[in-house]
Amino acid sequence: MTAQPFTTEEVARIRADFPILARTVRDGAPLVYLDSGATSHKPVAVLDAERDFYERLNSAPHRGAHALSEEATAAYEGARERIAAFIGAQAQDVVFTKNATEALNLAAYAFSNSPHPGIPGSERFALGEGDEVLVTEMEHHANLVPWQELCRRTGATLRWVPVTDEGRLDLSGLDELLTERTRVVAFVHASNVLGTVNPAAEIVARAREVGALVVLDACQSVPHLGVDVTELDVDLLAFSGHKMFGPSGIGVLWGRRELLEAMPPFLTGGSMIETVRMEGSTYAPPPQRFEAGVPMTAQAIGLAAAVDYIDGIGGVDRIHAHELALTERLLAGLAARPWVTVVGPSDLESRGGTVAFVVDGVHAHDVGQVLDGSGVAVRVGHHCAWPLHRRFKVAATTRASFAAYNTVDEVDALLEALDRVPQIFGMAG
Amino acid sequence: MDLYQELILEHSKRPQHAGLRDPFEAEVHHVNPTCGDEVTMRVHVEDTPEGPVVRDVSYDALGCSISMASTSILAEETIGHPLAEALQTYEAMKAMLTSKGEDPGDEEVIGDGVALAGVARYPARVKCALLGWMAFTDALHQSGRETTAPETEEGTS
Repeated sequence: MTAQPFTTEEVARIRADFPILARTVRDGAPLVYLDSGATSHKPVAVLDAERDFYERLNSAPHRGAHALSEEATAAYEGARERIAAFIGAQAQDVVFTKNATEALNLAAYAFSNSPHPGIPGSERFALGEGDEVLVTEMEHHANLVPWQELCRRTGATLRWVPVTDEGRLDLSGLDELLTERTRVVAFVHASNVLGTVNPAAEIVARAREVGALVVLDACQSVPHLGVDVTELDVDLLAFSGHKMFGPSGIGVLWGRRELLEAMPPFLTGGSMIETVRMEGSTYAPPPQRFEAGVPMTAQAIGLAAAVDYIDGIGGVDRIHAHELALTERLLAGLAARPWVTVVGPSDLESRGGTVAFVVDGVHAHDVGQVLDGSGVAVRVGHHCAWPLHRRFKVAATTRASFAAYNTVDEVDALLEALDRVPQIFGMAG
Repeated sequence: MDLYQELILEHSKRPQHAGLRDPFEAEVHHVNPTCGDEVTMRVHVEDTPEGPVVRDVSYDALGCSISMASTSILAEETIGHPLAEALQTYEAMKAMLTSKGEDPGDEEVIGDGVALAGVARYPARVKCALLGWMAFTDALHQSGRETTAPETEEGTS
């Protein structure tokens, strides 16, 4: 059976789990939070899980032999198992980072000019002139700038897949872009601006033909579409906890095991080592090799609680169905306003619950300010995807992004507040 | 809403002295990286027996109504004014915009700039209102001019 959107009663119960949704803003307006693509709110279960760690278990995992440390280690590793299961992975292939940006940098900084002498197989991470890295024009800066930097360091060349007017990847020239020279293909699963869900399977299949490594930015897909790493068949995959009801300060890099084993470390220091001598060091196996320093223990436990929460309310499939229903209503409302232009797919085909738009003649900052005056929180600007905005020849867009706790009434509140924009700025509206 | 005073809307729709002109001693390009607002600005300052005078501020701007209006007001309030006075206007604008709403602004000093007083209550928008002014002082600096306002008589007493 196809997953159904949440009923009004179910959304009301979900909302009750998020204390912040009860607050008002700007002189008493009820908060209408449509910015979950930037960061989601946290249910009580997640807040409790973090607090419980500090109250009962607080200590540094993987260090010392005292009782607290043992229990903290068990809780931390238990969280890893829970989060791995959520994406169809094995715990030992899940690396905790502080966020997806760090996860993607970890991937990019694993590469260098030459193989790591102490890590067998690391020649897969050696790049140089003549090699190419392929990204797309719709990447978040976090999945673009690290690859630009990698190319600068190694002499490799960055290439990118363009975006169509409809906000989809233009794969018509992929044969020229994805060649034997391509060593890495890094792309976003679901755009944080357009809402577009990219055809991962097709791109992965083409990358496999030329032997390129595939890195997937899954920040918007793990929380809103659901992800199974074995089904996706990518090599590395990154996402953030704070966008999926989890705490800030925790992200994940998942990697194919043989690849993680051959991957040089990025951040080095304590607890990622095997032996250390003044002359040099050897490194622990994954995932410890990539987790230098005392880890984000409470945050990992909080993220595991977030994953439990998602499954508890019906799972990502229902969240996706719910968000698509809201998206459909918003797209219809925007289509009825000729002074609004949606940037991104105007239908629900291969789409997530993120809608970016421009109001003719009014800058997104001004649109956002008017909405904020009615308590409606949206994101304005380039959403860390500046090249994508340049591609659409707009300086900034207004973006609404949904989560499980959003309601139909909130979509209507956004549209109603939006109607004040032409009134204030004196356009024909 | 109170932020969008009629004056701001007028300035943003019909920015005064817009466009890039010759002559100029320095041209700068400033952006607000959080929202992508951009301004290219040129300044032309002439030395006169009474001291340097701002002869022209010309610009090409892309941005929200707050940044557009602020840059338009900047041109209006500085072109034809002695440089020392223009710098005092800058200091007064900056003080008002960063006052969190404490400083309503002095119309005698900043003219239409007082319409931007409401911006100070929205920290996320202060940068929008300051974009043109930052470009202005940077352009002055690059053309070798002093960019700190001389102390007023009150200040030195």
